[in-house]
Parts: sequence; structure tokens; C-alpha cells
Amino acid sequence: MTGIETAMIQDPVLKVEHLSMRFGGLMAINDFSFEAARGNITALIGPNGAGKTTVFNCITGFYKPTMGMITLRQKAGPEFLLERMPDFEITRDAKVARTFQNIRLFSGLTVLENLLVAQHNMLMKASGYTVLGLLGFSGYKKAAAESVDIARHWLDRANLLNRADDPAGDLPYGDQRRLEIARAMCTGPELLCLDEPAAGLNPRESLALNDLLRTIRTESGTSILLIEHDMSVVMEISDHVVVLEYGQKISDGTPNHVQNDPKVIAAYLGVEDDEVEEVIAVVEGHEGGAL
Amino acid sequence: MANFSNSVDADGSARMARALREAFFAGLIALGMFALFVGLESGQNIRNELVLIPHPKTLTILILAVMAARFLMVAYVSPYLASQKVRNVTTGEMPTTSAARFFRLPAFIIALVLAVAMYVFASQAEQSLSPTGLAYFGMVRGLAVIYAIACFFFYFRVFVGDNFAKLAIVALVLYPPVIVYFFGFQGSLKWIDNFGIQILIYVMLAWGLNIVVGLAGLLDLGYVAFYAVGAYSYALLSSYFGLSFWVLLPLAGILAAFWGMILGFPVLRLRGDYLAIVTLAFGEIIRLVLINWTAVTKGTFGISGIAKATLFGIKFDATKTGFAALMGLPPSSAYYKIFLFYIILALALLTAFVTIRLRRMPIGRAWEALREDEIACRALGINTVTTKLTAFAIGAMFGGFAGSFFAVRQGFVSPESFVFLESAVILAIVVLGGMGSLTGIAIAAVVMVGGTEILRELSFLKVIFGPDFTPELYRMLLFGLAMVVVMVWKPRGFVGSREPTAFLNERKAVSGSFTKEGHG
Repeated sequence: MTGIETAMIQDPVLKVEHLSMRFGGLMAINDFSFEAARGNITALIGPNGAGKTTVFNCITGFYKPTMGMITLRQKAGPEFLLERMPDFEITRDAKVARTFQNIRLFSGLTVLENLLVAQHNMLMKASGYTVLGLLGFSGYKKAAAESVDIARHWLDRANLLNRADDPAGDLPYGDQRRLEIARAMCTGPELLCLDEPAAGLNPRESLALNDLLRTIRTESGTSILLIEHDMSVVMEISDHVVVLEYGQKISDGTPNHVQNDPKVIAAYLGVEDDEVEEVIAVVEGHEGGAL
Repeated sequence: MANFSNSVDADGSARMARALREAFFAGLIALGMFALFVGLESGQNIRNELVLIPHPKTLTILILAVMAARFLMVAYVSPYLASQKVRNVTTGEMPTTSAARFFRLPAFIIALVLAVAMYVFASQAEQSLSPTGLAYFGMVRGLAVIYAIACFFFYFRVFVGDNFAKLAIVALVLYPPVIVYFFGFQGSLKWIDNFGIQILIYVMLAWGLNIVVGLAGLLDLGYVAFYAVGAYSYALLSSYFGLSFWVLLPLAGILAAFWGMILGFPVLRLRGDYLAIVTLAFGEIIRLVLINWTAVTKGTFGISGIAKATLFGIKFDATKTGFAALMGLPPSSAYYKIFLFYIILALALLTAFVTIRLRRMPIGRAWEALREDEIACRALGINTVTTKLTAFAIGAMFGGFAGSFFAVRQGFVSPESFVFLESAVILAIVVLGGMGSLTGIAIAAVVMVGGTEILRELSFLKVIFGPDFTPELYRMLLFGLAMVVVMVWKPRGFVGSREPTAFLNERKAVSGSFTKEGHG
């Protein structure tokens, strides 16, 4: 842990410092720090049970961390301490959107309605917190039309325009994944957190996902933080990879650096008990060499 | 070939044996179920002692009916349906729906002719037929009319489906004059008050509860509490301060909404069964307060002599300045009932209008999203606390409106009107109608409330079950039976699909299999 430097980043959108999360006697995350650069795609990887989703839940306010500080700095300057905010304010004010490992769409609402729900706070203001809209003021109608345009834009990017009026629950799995990302983008986020966006996708759907993520980065300038097991996705699109094992960071750097890190290889492939010493020796030797 | 017919014969006799066996078991089950419900009645004798009055005849008829139905079902109906299915497959034609088979044009014409003829010759029949015959006469006429109307709706189902709301509103506005035309002022009272006003109150209550249960997915078993708050707000404030109905109507709504928020706060963290139990308790607390706070509410005696509503200050009474005298009409109590009918119609339409409007606004979409997935809502920046509270408050507000109308209609309120059963009936109407659908809920209210009212009219049942048979007693039994039947036939209620609130290219109804019921 002490050996791994946090990569120095010029303009971090997200700064996680000394994050710890304890569930009873279990230390799910232990003194975890990393930074995500603005406009980059940062990947968080690690074996099953490493604590990746717990990190996400801490960032998006679904868990309150036991210790540590999570700072989000928006492009315009304001900073938010996410660990102090309730979950919905993190999305509303700090502009952090997320998707879920098990897709959480509003399955009984149409695809378009899903995207309109995501623009709730903007529309609430435009409708004068329902009162003016209920009385038929024109301001709300204009905002409603704009919100449909935003939804249309993201449906087009996610290649779902022809399914706009179908129930979200009726979509095939890959489309549901992209819809969930499009819905998160409709909140106008500074940072988009994706929890295993490629899980369960076939290779073609994976490619479509990669395209969507690249489009998001280039078009909207939204920074992306993603958890992923699919290495083809991670290595191809991410600029920066952080590796987590047993709640601790074991590697941090470019995809190339992480790919060749023996600690990462050991964590992923596993080693026999009697080889542990040997591996540690190799690792220490490697680090010495690298420095 | 011989083999084949042999096997058919063997098949047929085996089926008969099975039908008889199943009919016997169905009879046993019916005996077990109805022995206590129908077969025994607890009553009092002349010395005020508790006695059990057996009803063997009613019980026997009921069991025989069940056995016959089961026998026919197994022996004839299900083989017929199966053979139909086989025929459809072999001919490769699209199967005609059972509705299309049921509503045939010749049958429609026969029913129409029959109904018209029976109305034309009604006076002759009254003179020539015995009371028993007359009761059957009425039954056949009623069935013919119902069949003809159903056929009419079936043939014009596309037009009716497209313009249902407009047609329904026009029909309801025209309802009182038409009834008065046919039955006269005195005869119209029953139809306008018992059917019209009673059903519309339940429609409005169910539409109000629909916001909480159908849209936001929060199971509320204590909705009647807000009805009570509205009724007592009007009753107390008009008796103590002499305020008019039109001032107190919005006030009752606001007070009920306030109590909706009070209920909302403690239950925010609860979901599903736990939420249901706490709302149930809340409903009971309100009722117990009304019973025990005798200094203000007069407890179980209730509040009587509640002021009537006025039309721009014109009272509906027999004085010189009353409505009848001013309009130069003969005095009658029907004017007030018709006036009340239009008030509750306007209130119900207001509820529908606001619900439809709200569904297309961010708050309405947030309610439905909350029903679908609360965690996803929070991840999208929706404040679920205020969203839930507004659902409770707005639902309660309409309950309060309906309550103050109830008080002005009855002229008397007591805690007995606000028991748990009322909440259950309102919830049943929402569930039967199809959660979230205004049309479905209105139909369910007509069927459930109107259906139990119409039981009073079914005099021919006395012919079958004997003169001391009172159909009203079996109200709740039939209520439950109807619910089971509807839930088996249409598990998502009469209107299971959901109308989307926005669309890009075309508006497509969302099938009920995708929508969720909500977790809390």
C-alpha cells in the first residue's frame, strides 16, 4: 500500500482521499486514495469482492464512508464534499450520475419517459414546483419541449431513437445498458460513474458501448469513472486504471503499466500458498527496478 | 376407424365419471365454505336470546348450483373450448374471440325486440301475471336490456374506446334530466342519490387514493382517515362557526392534506407490508380520536343538523326564498339531490383533471418512477422525501374534498362511517380498476358500488330462495366473489395497461406486465 503512488493529476474532477468503509467487523475498503482527471475515462478494476462497488456507493452517497474525504470539483470551480451530502443532492447539485451493476430502469415507463424523469430537477424549477405548470403557464411547456429535445439527442447517441415509445422493460439487455447510460447523461453530469457497463453484453454490444462512451467523452466533456471486468473494454477506452484488491489499492497508472504489474497479475491469476514469498520477492525486486 | 370411435366413447365415459367426481368435490367444498356463511344466521328471538336460524333451502340451492356448474364445466364447456382450439389450429384461421362469439347480431336483434316488447306490454303483464311471474318477467327484461347494451358497446367498441372520457362526461351531465324525465322527480331520488351520488363519491375517493397507491406505489390502508378529516372539518366548522360549504370545501381539503403530511413523515422510511400496517393504524387512530374526544366531536352520537350547501346563497328549502319558489317550480327534495349530484360530478372531474395534468408534470413522473424503482430515483437526483409527501398530501386533499361533500350530503357524520371496511372498499376499487388507470377505476366503482346497490332491486331472487331472502345481506359475499373472479380473469384489473405521459412518434399503451406495483 505504501509502495503505490497516487498518480499525480493536473486537474482532478474527483479526489478520493483515505477512504475507509467498515461493515461491522469487515473492512470493505481500507485507506483507499485515487484521483480521476477531468475529461478522462478512469477505470476501477479488481477481482470479485475487492470493494469496487462499495467505492461507487461511497462516491454517490448510497453509503456514508467510515473515514476519508471525497472531493468533486466542477469545471466552473465549485467544490463539493460528497461524503457529507445525501445521495440525491450528489446528483442534483454536485452533478455526479451513476448506473447500476444490475440495471435499474423504470421498466413500466417508456424509454422517453425514463429520460424525462432524469431531467426532474430542471423541469421542477421550470414548472414553478408544479404550481405554475398546473395552471398552464407557457414556461413549463417550453421547458418540456426542451427536455424532449435533450432526450432525443441522447437517444440518438445511444442508438435507441426507434425504440423511444416502447416500455423500457421490453428492450433487449444491451439496449437497456445503453439506455441506463443515456438516462444518467440526461441529468447533465460532470462525472459519470458506470458500474460494470459491459457485463452480460455480447461482443457487438460491447463495441456499441465503447462508441457511446467515447462519444460522451468527446461531445459533452463528461469525465467517466467505470468499474469493469471486461478487459477488452478497459484496456481499449480507459486513460487511467486503478486496481483494487481486498479493499486496498494495488496498482495505479496507465492501462499499459497496470497490465504488466506483477501484483495485478498475481491478484487476477492467483498464486499457490508456497509461491507467495517468491512472488513478493519478485514484486519487490520489480519495484526496486522500476524506481 | 372402429378403434377411434371406441376410444372416443371410452374417453367420453371417463370424462363423465371425472365430471361427476369433480362436481361432488366442488359440492363438498361449497358445503364447507357456505355452511357458516349462508347456512346459519345468528338472530334474536322474542326474549332477546341469541338463536341460530338455519337456512337449509338457500344452502342446498347454492351447493347444487355449484355442483351443476362444475359438472357442466368439466363435461361440456372445457372439451368444447379445447375442440375449438384444435379446429382453429387445423383450419389455420384466426380464432374468433369469445366476445365475438357471445355478441352475435341475430341475438342482439332478438334481445332488442324482446326488451322493447316487454316494455310496451309491461302494463298488460302487470295485470295478467302472478307476482312470481312478474319477478321473472322483470329478470328476463333486465337481462335483455343488459345484453343489448353490452352488444351496442361491443359493436361500437373502437369509437367508444377512442372517445370514452367525452362520452362518459356527456352521459353523466345528462343523467339527472334523463332520469327525471323517465321516473319523475320523486322516482328519480333513488337513481340520483343511491346510484349517482353514491358511486361518484367512491369514484372520487378511489381516484384520490389512486395517486398514492396507483401512481406512487405507496400502499395506504388508512385512506378513510382523510375522508373523516374532511367530513369532520366541514361538520365542526360549519356548526361552530357557521361557515358556508364553499368556504369550507377548500379548507377541508387543506386540512386533510396537512394530515396527509403528518402521516407521511413517520412512514417515509417504511416500505411494503410495514407501510400498510402503519397507515392502517393511522386510520384507526383518527377514528378512535373522533369517538373519544366527546367534548368536540360528540363521540359516537355524531354531529347532526349539518348545514346544507347553497347555490350562490340560494337555499334548497321550501321557504319563499328557496330554490323551488324562486324558480317557480313545485317544491321537491329532488332539486337539492340533483344539485349535489352536479357538485360531486364537478369535484370528481376536478380530481381526474388534476391527476391527468400532474401525470404529465415532473412530479407525476417522479411518482411513477418511485413506484418502479426508488433507488434509481435517488440516483437521478429526485428528492424521494418530498415526492412521497406530496403524493400523500394531494391524495389526502381529494379525500378531504370528498369527506366534506359526504358531510353536506348526509347532514350527519359519526365515526361509524369511517371504519376500516371503507378503506378496504376504496382500495379494492383501485386494485380492481387497474392501478393508475382513471377509466378502469371509474368502471370498478360502478361495478362494485352500483352492483351492491342493484342487489336491492333483484326481487326475482326472492322467488328462487323464498320470500324471506334479503339479497342485501349477501352484499359482502358477492363483493368478495366478484373480486376473486376479476382478479383471476384480469390480474392487473380492468385496465391493466398504462398510458405513457409523453411520446416521440406514437402513443403506445404500456402493457401491465412491465409496470410494477411499488414496494412501499
